[in-house]
Amino acid sequence: MTRLTPEAALSRREFIARSGALIVTFGAAAAAGRLGLAPGTAAAQGINGNPATQLDAWIAIGADGRVTAYTGKCELGQGLFTAQTQLVAEELGVPIDRVTLIMCDTDRTPDQGTTSGAQSHPANFNQANLALAGATAREALVQMASTRLGVPAEQLVARDGAVQVTGDATRRVSYGELVGGRTFNLPLSRQARRKHPSTWTVLGTPVQRLDIPAMVTGRYEYAQDVRVPGMRHGRVVRPPSPGATLASVDEASVRDLPGNVRVVTRKNWVGVVADKPFQAIQAAQRLKVQWNPAPALPAQASWYDYMRSRPTRETFTTNSGDVDANLKSAARIMRSTYLYPYQMHGSLGTSAAVADVRQDRATIWSSSQAVWPLRNTVATVLGMKPDQVRIQFRLGPGCYGVNQADSVSYDAAILSQADGRPVRVQLSRQDEMAWENYGLAFVIDQQVGLDAGNTIVAWDYIGWSPAKGGRPGGNNPGNVVSGNVAGYQIQGFAPRSPAPAPSGDFDNGNNVASSYVTGCVGSMCGGTGVVKSERFLSKVIESPFFTGPLRSPNRLQNTFAHESFLDEIAASVKADPVEYRLRHLRDPRLREVVTAAAKAANWDTRPSPRPGGRRNGVATGRGIACVLYEGDNGYCATVAEVTVDQDTGVVQVRRFVSALDCGPISNPDGVRNQMEGGLIQGISRTVREEVRWDATRVQSVDWRSYPPFYLHDQLPVIESVLINRADVPATGAGETTVTVAAAAIGNAIFDATGVRLRQVPFTPERIKEALGTRNSTA
Amino acid sequence: MAMFNLTVNGRRQTVDVDPATPLLYVLNDDLELRGPKFGCGLGQCGACTVIVKGRAVRSCMTPVNTVGGAEITTLEGLGTPEKPHPIQQAFIDEQAVQCGYCMSGVILTAKAFLDQNPRATDAQLQQALSNVLCRCGVNVRMMKAIRRYATQGVRA
Ligand code: FES
Ligand code: FES
Repeated sequence: MTRLTPEAALSRREFIARSGALIVTFGAAAAAGRLGLAPGTAAAQGINGNPATQLDAWIAIGADGRVTAYTGKCELGQGLFTAQTQLVAEELGVPIDRVTLIMCDTDRTPDQGTTSGAQSHPANFNQANLALAGATAREALVQMASTRLGVPAEQLVARDGAVQVTGDATRRVSYGELVGGRTFNLPLSRQARRKHPSTWTVLGTPVQRLDIPAMVTGRYEYAQDVRVPGMRHGRVVRPPSPGATLASVDEASVRDLPGNVRVVTRKNWVGVVADKPFQAIQAAQRLKVQWNPAPALPAQASWYDYMRSRPTRETFTTNSGDVDANLKSAARIMRSTYLYPYQMHGSLGTSAAVADVRQDRATIWSSSQAVWPLRNTVATVLGMKPDQVRIQFRLGPGCYGVNQADSVSYDAAILSQADGRPVRVQLSRQDEMAWENYGLAFVIDQQVGLDAGNTIVAWDYIGWSPAKGGRPGGNNPGNVVSGNVAGYQIQGFAPRSPAPAPSGDFDNGNNVASSYVTGCVGSMCGGTGVVKSERFLSKVIESPFFTGPLRSPNRLQNTFAHESFLDEIAASVKADPVEYRLRHLRDPRLREVVTAAAKAANWDTRPSPRPGGRRNGVATGRGIACVLYEGDNGYCATVAEVTVDQDTGVVQVRRFVSALDCGPISNPDGVRNQMEGGLIQGISRTVREEVRWDATRVQSVDWRSYPPFYLHDQLPVIESVLINRADVPATGAGETTVTVAAAAIGNAIFDATGVRLRQVPFTPERIKEALGTRNSTA
Repeated sequence: MAMFNLTVNGRRQTVDVDPATPLLYVLNDDLELRGPKFGCGLGQCGACTVIVKGRAVRSCMTPVNTVGGAEITTLEGLGTPEKPHPIQQAFIDEQAVQCGYCMSGVILTAKAFLDQNPRATDAQLQQALSNVLCRCGVNVRMMKAIRRYATQGVRA
């Protein structure tokens, strides 16, 4: 029988503080590596934090029977608030409207580290954490009811907020009567049985998102909307270029401005605070600041050559040791190089945070995806201990990785500490875009050997990518601009060449290895393909700009190169792209999504390019690409159908058909929404987006200099095929379609025109240039 | 600083601000409204959209002293979570939202246009959404929601 203790107001916080003290978690090293960070931050990053193992940290039942659940995985616009509410309602057997979900508050919710990398479903919807808490609580309630009713547990069922005797609804006892207002005082039970997906009535159904009514009526509170009494407004003055240092600030230049302007500096960090936002903006513009110039940035025109020329930190994902020999003896060799630019998160709203820093305690309202790492790093910035800092998460504009939500939290903290009052900071559009942590540029050299039967026998990959900073981790705020200019070091870069031999398990978290290789490290093979001779070598260089995880970090760039290259090989041996993929894939689930997407798209089986294509006017084509996201976290294949106007070079996607297998589906409509969003973002990033710079600074600072895909742009038809599997673990879903979009579009352009595009974005200028080359060599 | 009388969502309000202050800051900070949002401050994204005299206006580019006594409607002026306006209901029905930060631009721009052009074609509608941005890529569902509203013939 369970012993209940009266609820102590502080018990939750106390034990979270205790259990959260140890940040190092197993698996964190792999997670940090996936984020493209140099080793060393690994342990401190702890992507899934160190969540509590006591039931009361996750679930409380009030005297009225209402369920309150606590989660450390946050709503980012992906529907996770609703899906987690469904999960709790399902496991506990209560109607969804009787569940209150508290999200991401470092004083109240379990430490679940960072919400990112499509890790939230794996973390909270499998046999652990929130799901396990729900199952543990239900079993405990049934046990208690068994004692209370004098009926064996096997004859009881938990339903509608009560435990009742099966078949006799009159003999029941409500959750409120059983535990209402008291704690469970139980650990999460590893043995607790989750409800089988075949019995789900709330989870697995397309429940409408609970937050949308407030969003569409302007009632929802975003980080940008937080207002606290006595609050003032801050604005930052960033350096004119990366690496520029502060020479002097002329405070007198803003002395006559209204709004009680205060100027604050810290190392190279400069900011102002005033009574009203417009006053702060004007003061920041008026403030006279002298900077010492920085060395010139590498020229963008020769950027990709520059990347090849730099010192590197090298890592093998896999190396079978026989690639050179097999290339030598191959009947034929094919080579290609793929280029991918820096791209932005480019959130629709600029980042904002409110900080209320007192003598011995600070509260920050922030939309950071890394709530617990942010608490630790804000503490560093303020000279406090982590438990003196409280981060209260509020949703921001869709972020897709690490926009400046963390950075602006430090800005607000610094200003509030100096001003002695709560301060809100929202960045300008220019400051947001010029200084965010960009998604990585890539240079990828691909090489395969084919045998006499046109089967791939060896795959050789070298990928260069730049890194600087990233998510702020550990106690170091220097990985984003504000922390860095305030004097904290950027995560160090340590060259290492040659790469050590691969060891441990095959880790394809960045999709460095293509889907067509066996992925063997030692005697363990974790890949999805059949090609045994394999060598995948990553070379990280130091970046001139801050970098960070942008939706499908590295996985997207690598998949663009792999899936485009596979298509090139298939075309050169006159094989159908679907058939040629299947010939080299052994994983049944990946094969199934490829087949399902092709079938749903009514795939026209034949080699590319389309025969009889015209050399001018509008050409049409279709292409396919697939991925097992992160090597183990969601299967996706997508067919794109495009038109290419060969006179203007404009490509338009007419149709996408995507098949996805992410295990048991929590909310099918939510998954579809994510798949569609990923594909539209995929178009934007594939045909438009590229960060531009000159010798001193980033030139992409607004939506004219960084053109996005607008609502007025021509839309494709999107069809999603969901493969729902009940008896496998849940995987990520939100980053799968964007990962394959660029390759699917590029392959479709090739099918339409015979022109292979190996550099993103596929702008009209690039397409016309490629068509011109085709026409002159024909 | 100067005093301005504004009529927002049917209520007359007085604010004391610098006459050059963009309307957006007045709505967000002096009147504590959450509908209009700062996106770019440059007229390039639509997040700050409000309806003034029946037209969609970008409040980030509209100094408060140019508004006069005109009726201003923000997203919260259309409906409430309990009683959404039909166009808001169409977005709920289509679940045409991810982060929701773009809602003022998308919903108010479409509403203002359809109120004046009830028989607009899809192409005209798309044209009307010029330089309205949703970075989450919810475009397909949003267009469905707007068409659903347009074909209902319900204009409030
Ligand atoms: S914020 Fe006004 S148009 Fe972008
Ligand atoms: S829903 Fe996020 S910007 Fe539109």
